[in-house]
Amino acid sequence: MSLVDRVRALLGSDAVDLAATPDGVPRVAPASPDAVALLLGTAREEGWRLRVEGAGTWLPADAPADLALTTRRLDKIPAIEPQDLSATAEAGIGCDVLRQQLADRGTWLALDPPGLAGRTLGSVVATASSGPLRQGFGPVRDHLLGVTFVTGDGRVVQSGGKVVKNVAGYDLTKLEAGGFGAFGVIVLVHLRLRALPRADQTLVLEGTREDLTQVAEDIAAAGLQPAALELMSPALARRERWALAVRFAGSAALVAADEAGLRAATGGRFTALRADEAHGCWMRAAESFATRPVTFRVGGLPDSSDELLDLLQHQVGDEWVSASPGVGAIRWGGETTVDRLRRLRRTLAGLEVPLTVERAAWPLRAAVGHFGAYREGAGPLIAGLRRTFDPGEAFVVAVEGTE
Amino acid sequence: MTPPSPSQSDSLVDALAGIVGARHVRTALPERMTYARDGLPTHRRVPGVVVLPGQRDEVIAVVRLLATLGVPLVPRGAGTGLSGGALADGDAVLIVLTRLNRILKIDPRNRLAVVEPGVVNVRLSAAAAPHGLHYTPDPSSQTACTIGGNVAENSGGPHCLKYGVTANHVLALEVVLADGRAVELGSPGGEPWGPDLVGLFVGSEGNFGIATRITVRLLPVPRAIRTQLADFDSLRTAGEAVSAVIASGIVPAALEMMDQSCIRAVEDSVYAAGYPRDAAAVLLVELDGGSDAAVEADAATVAEILRSHGARAVRTAADAAERERLWLGRKKAFGAMGRLSRDLVVQDAVVPRSALPDVLETIGEIAARYGLTVSNVFHAGDGNLHPNISFDGRVPGLKARVDAASGEIMTACIAAGGTITGEHGVGLDKLRYMPLIFDGDSLAAMRAVRRVWDPEERVNPGKVVPIHACREWYGSRNAERGTRNGFAPSGSAFRVSRSAFAP
Ligand SMILES: Cc1cc2nc3c(=O)[nH]c(=O)nc-3n(C[C@H](O)[C@H](O)[C@H](O)COP(=O)(O)OP(=O)(O)OC[C@H]3O[C@@H](n4cnc5c(N)ncnc54)[C@H](O)[C@@H]3O)c2cc1C
Repeated sequence: MSLVDRVRALLGSDAVDLAATPDGVPRVAPASPDAVALLLGTAREEGWRLRVEGAGTWLPADAPADLALTTRRLDKIPAIEPQDLSATAEAGIGCDVLRQQLADRGTWLALDPPGLAGRTLGSVVATASSGPLRQGFGPVRDHLLGVTFVTGDGRVVQSGGKVVKNVAGYDLTKLEAGGFGAFGVIVLVHLRLRALPRADQTLVLEGTREDLTQVAEDIAAAGLQPAALELMSPALARRERWALAVRFAGSAALVAADEAGLRAATGGRFTALRADEAHGCWMRAAESFATRPVTFRVGGLPDSSDELLDLLQHQVGDEWVSASPGVGAIRWGGETTVDRLRRLRRTLAGLEVPLTVERAAWPLRAAVGHFGAYREGAGPLIAGLRRTFDPGEAFVVAVEGTE
Repeated sequence: MTPPSPSQSDSLVDALAGIVGARHVRTALPERMTYARDGLPTHRRVPGVVVLPGQRDEVIAVVRLLATLGVPLVPRGAGTGLSGGALADGDAVLIVLTRLNRILKIDPRNRLAVVEPGVVNVRLSAAAAPHGLHYTPDPSSQTACTIGGNVAENSGGPHCLKYGVTANHVLALEVVLADGRAVELGSPGGEPWGPDLVGLFVGSEGNFGIATRITVRLLPVPRAIRTQLADFDSLRTAGEAVSAVIASGIVPAALEMMDQSCIRAVEDSVYAAGYPRDAAAVLLVELDGGSDAAVEADAATVAEILRSHGARAVRTAADAAERERLWLGRKKAFGAMGRLSRDLVVQDAVVPRSALPDVLETIGEIAARYGLTVSNVFHAGDGNLHPNISFDGRVPGLKARVDAASGEIMTACIAAGGTITGEHGVGLDKLRYMPLIFDGDSLAAMRAVRRVWDPEERVNPGKVVPIHACREWYGSRNAERGTRNGFAPSGSAFRVSRSAFAP
């Protein structure tokens, strides 16, 4: 029996789409976590290699594999609990659909990942891609209460739970968040929510990078706690010069006070955006990264932000850059080569700054790896964890690169 | 007396003394007995030898030595864990980390600190205070517990409602593995070098190795604070008020509840805080932020919600002194309850916040049925319950009744959609409940992960994962296919460069 026939026999013929992928790899869309487990159990027995896809809007669906497993039929939202500020959603749900349903119940997932609005929740978790809101609400992992994932040989593993505080057992959720799918297929996610903010105000200031970096420091020193404080390159902000966008979200009193504090700390130079302008500003910046061939993130310290931006400018250019100077995180988009990326990663490693490749075509991904520079001793741990969750090496993921 | 075991052999003791100095190796029974508990009266184990290294390099040398000899080891901080996690059997060496108590660096510009594991939680905030910063996770035990213990337990505290638990504040770690190798995890900015091994380590209860250096995030001390005390004439209305506050979208810095039995214990103690003795429950609510006007406005909204949800009165602390007094009563409540009886079991479980009113009632019923005194003092805003059972362990049969009642309380919390521990960990005490929330595959996955860090399961053995309940993990199936050597299974049409998978 051919591979496709086997999969059809397992999951039903409507679960397989033959012509869907550009490279002709059969695409399978299991409709339940159990179906994912069945497929992976068989993959393990047959030695098939799989790539995992969400909506296909972020990571190019181009890894060489026998099968493409897409989560897009795992698109249910089993629970939204406004009273508890928690929700449970399947991994294939689009972030836009989820956001709307949460808003209808007065709740909010305070994450604004890069990419198109329809990006799947699972892809955001697997790649741990947070956006400007990380300034006020933390990285992706801070929004997760638990996940259910399927291992490379078809076991269903739960970690965490639905409650906001939980230390029962080791926190395997942390391994799945940012594991790029190397440690399992995430099928279900329990989320920590916030109440939809009553007030949400974005203000923008244009200027030179140096000037705006200083302004960002003044804002931090003034004790303001913005939801986002993002320095954007001109192309990204679609402005003449660099832009510093500040977002305050919360109760009306809080936002009014913060806005006043911002004016006091910065001499009233910011322009307040209307709600639709603000939405457009943040959305365009997020989407821009899905249009560049390569995106990576680096995580430094707040006081090294400027120096890191200089380094990027020097080594790979700084046309498409978005930085959260308050937390030291920078996202870069653009065109670059394997050699340049490797060199940059080496330089950054010397500064104790990790570089994570977020999206790129397979040849570059495979050569450079999502990760690649480990501290001494961590490599064997990571290899051991991969063997634990994918003993047959079913998942095709460019974890480390080939250098 | 505990019989001598391999861990007590003269040669081992001499070798340990050679590393840390004879003064810092404890072998006499009375000395070892002082390490036999971790605050929970239902578990007691006497370690074979106790060793107190004073430097990171001494930790490494001790762990290497024990690895060579195959002797089990248990890391321990201040021993306040309350789940039996820091207890060692007679065949194991207890490594006490309280002498590693240096604050290595405070970096105000980047708002971070680097500490050794034995630093007592509250000392770090005190050291950061001159810079207008503090370390926010504030377990009620913070005057005693260590940052290393906090990392191992992923500890919480009243202010974790707004600011998150320990895991949200740890950026990087140096960990000494079971074989004595030191590995560095994470980066000072918090971005991992690959998968999030820092996140995985936090909450691993001493099973993955010993944290010897810890980099944490510091936050600005809030400029404006309002602390309110609301009292209620039923537990149910207090629970409902909690849900209402949470659903309002205002996130208090802290939202704590105490029931009548706890209120009276506090009021009868030296920590009397002025809680109304006739109240069935009080809520302690704190709001904070950068601006006085905004915090004032939010406080007014919260007070209104509390009143409209049945609070008899809402009082706001007039000054810092009153605020401290209100908090001291809360933070010392366990101590105060300790005076109610000879023994106190501090329980720990979590329920969805909307389930609080029902679960509190159920706990009351269980207590009545077992004829036990249960007092509640807990992190209500997180749904993190601490039902505390007072009893006298000398009364025959009473301990068994306490155990059975604890079990029923856990079952009730699980049935409400909750879990068996929110901050004290599984340790020994909660092992038996783990199969109630995790299936055999999920438990086996945890065990397999532990074996990546500690293949011999020699660090803090017998804790967290009930091995009997684990399903087999890649036993024969794995060996048969021989994929560990890294050969792609033959059925595949594609091969990915090996180096992408190589160790
Ligand atoms: C009165 C009281 C109130 C409490 N209130 C709270 C609260 O509000 N919130 C909360 O979360 N907890 C609370 N606790 C529980 C306890 O204080 C915390 O779990 C604390 O983090 C334990 O720290 P410790 O130094 O005492 O650790 P220990 O009890 O000594 O050890 C706890 C665990 O950590 C491991 N360990 C210790 N140090 C290391 C290290 N360096 N590396 C690796 N593993 C290590 C041990 O092996 C053990 O498994 C309370 C306890 C008491 C007695």
